[in-house]
Amino acid sequence: MTAVVSDRATVARQSRTAVRRSPAPARWWAAAWRPLTLVVAVLVVWWVVTAQGWLAPYVLPSPADTWAAAAENAAYLGQHTWVTTYETVIGFALAVVIGELVAVLMAYSPTTERTVYPIILVAQVVPKIAIAPLFVVWLGFGVAPKITVAVLMAFFPVVISGLAGLRSVDPEVIELTSTMGASRLKTFAKVMFPASLPQLLSGLKVAATLAVTGAVVGEFVGGNEGLGYVILQANGNIDTAMLFAALVVMSLLGIVLFLIIEIAERLLIGWHPSRRAATAATTVAGA
Amino acid sequence: MTTLTEEPGVAGTAQDVVSVDGVSVTFRSKRASTSALGEVDLAVRPGEFVSIVGPSGCGKSTLLKVVAGLVAPTTGQVRLRGDVVAGPRPDIGFVFQRAALLDWRTAEGNILLQAEMRGMDAAAARRRCAELIETTGLSGFEKAMPHELSGGMQQRVSLCRALLHEPDVLLMDEPFGALDALTRERMNVELQRVCREAGVTVLLVTHSVPEAVYLGDRVVVMGPRPSRVVEELRVDLPPVRDYTAAMEDPEFHRVASRVRTLLGSPQGGD
Repeated sequence: MTAVVSDRATVARQSRTAVRRSPAPARWWAAAWRPLTLVVAVLVVWWVVTAQGWLAPYVLPSPADTWAAAAENAAYLGQHTWVTTYETVIGFALAVVIGELVAVLMAYSPTTERTVYPIILVAQVVPKIAIAPLFVVWLGFGVAPKITVAVLMAFFPVVISGLAGLRSVDPEVIELTSTMGASRLKTFAKVMFPASLPQLLSGLKVAATLAVTGAVVGEFVGGNEGLGYVILQANGNIDTAMLFAALVVMSLLGIVLFLIIEIAERLLIGWHPSRRAATAATTVAGA
Repeated sequence: MTTLTEEPGVAGTAQDVVSVDGVSVTFRSKRASTSALGEVDLAVRPGEFVSIVGPSGCGKSTLLKVVAGLVAPTTGQVRLRGDVVAGPRPDIGFVFQRAALLDWRTAEGNILLQAEMRGMDAAAARRRCAELIETTGLSGFEKAMPHELSGGMQQRVSLCRALLHEPDVLLMDEPFGALDALTRERMNVELQRVCREAGVTVLLVTHSVPEAVYLGDRVVVMGPRPSRVVEELRVDLPPVRDYTAAMEDPEFHRVASRVRTLLGSPQGGD
């Protein structure tokens, strides 16, 4: 029996080192080559279409024109990108904090849930772009209305996924912890919250991309800063190349935020089956 | 002789660790009310190992949960060391059928959760944890994650977690139900050794008659709904039992066949 035990121990240890052994660049490449190929393909099609003159430059500028527009106005773009990034990140952070707080309140108190849920639902159903002008009236032309729209857009997925995560905790685990005589706070910190992370984090991915949208929607409605403003200006000047440049930067902003959460996921919930599957697949592909 | 009916009114005696007095549980939904547990009386002495067997759905698990204070009895009361159970009790250890481990903690981390939740002294808890890992054959797996462990190993971790705080009473609900027969036998032998070493009082719910008889000082047989205790059988075997020897002992066969008869025809007997 001891032999069986030590056998299994060796196997477990070996499988753990096997995962570690495949070198980081190889794993990165194995995960990245497909999407990268697709991006290159899109660029090539884009370039061919514009180079052949099938579409007028003011309809579809060439990749080179877009790049030139971005490079010429790098400082201008950079300044407005910073504003949008700032609004997005603050809006996202506020949405996460408020959303998780509401989720926790709802998970622990059915009364709160019944009271608050309809309000949250109504706030979600109302088109944000329709109420954005109202925020300009209330909050002026600064960053405040933009952050507010970003919070409103990102808030809903945080609440829903946070609540679903807290609800997903194994009832036996909860019974078990109640025999351990721990306070609610301790149970939350050590059991409930960690167990809810996988669901919460997938909600955060949706929320991050919505926060970018929210900030830009806010910029469309009023003000003279941010990528939304840049797009409006470029549109007014029929400067399609600049418009495309702003669009690309905006997409990159969303992707970067998404990737940050992806990394957080890897660090925080490497134990979860979804992440284990991802690691295994990469290892197999890399082998 | 073997039934314990010669001790009427034994429930509630001061020396009992667990005493269950006229406990019944009825779950009420909107229309129907379901009786999960008929009136049950049970008294368990310190250090005793009591196996509870009965048909599926007879409320054995509910009984354990009432003892742990996780389910409130509809009638009657449970006393643990003389105190009436009025809510989740921290002076017990509970082992479920599923190991119910936290996926993000190592084997050791899962065992030490008990200490962290209770605010036990960390150094003492680590020492006790190391001892338990040693005695349950988990050495070398301290840092393994739950998904890297076999079902038997996970259940060992669960057992260590339940024993970490040296509870007076260990409640086990079908702990080995999900394991293969061979692993189950091995776990039975280990459980007996670990429990005798720890001197803990055990209530074990099981579907396996050999498991109940091999491990139990006493086997409590429950009937189908409305469930109550049909008969209690004392197992006259030494406290620490060799598995093969116990299996071949006439006493083992006597108790086991009686239990089987009772389970086959619950109204029969006398």
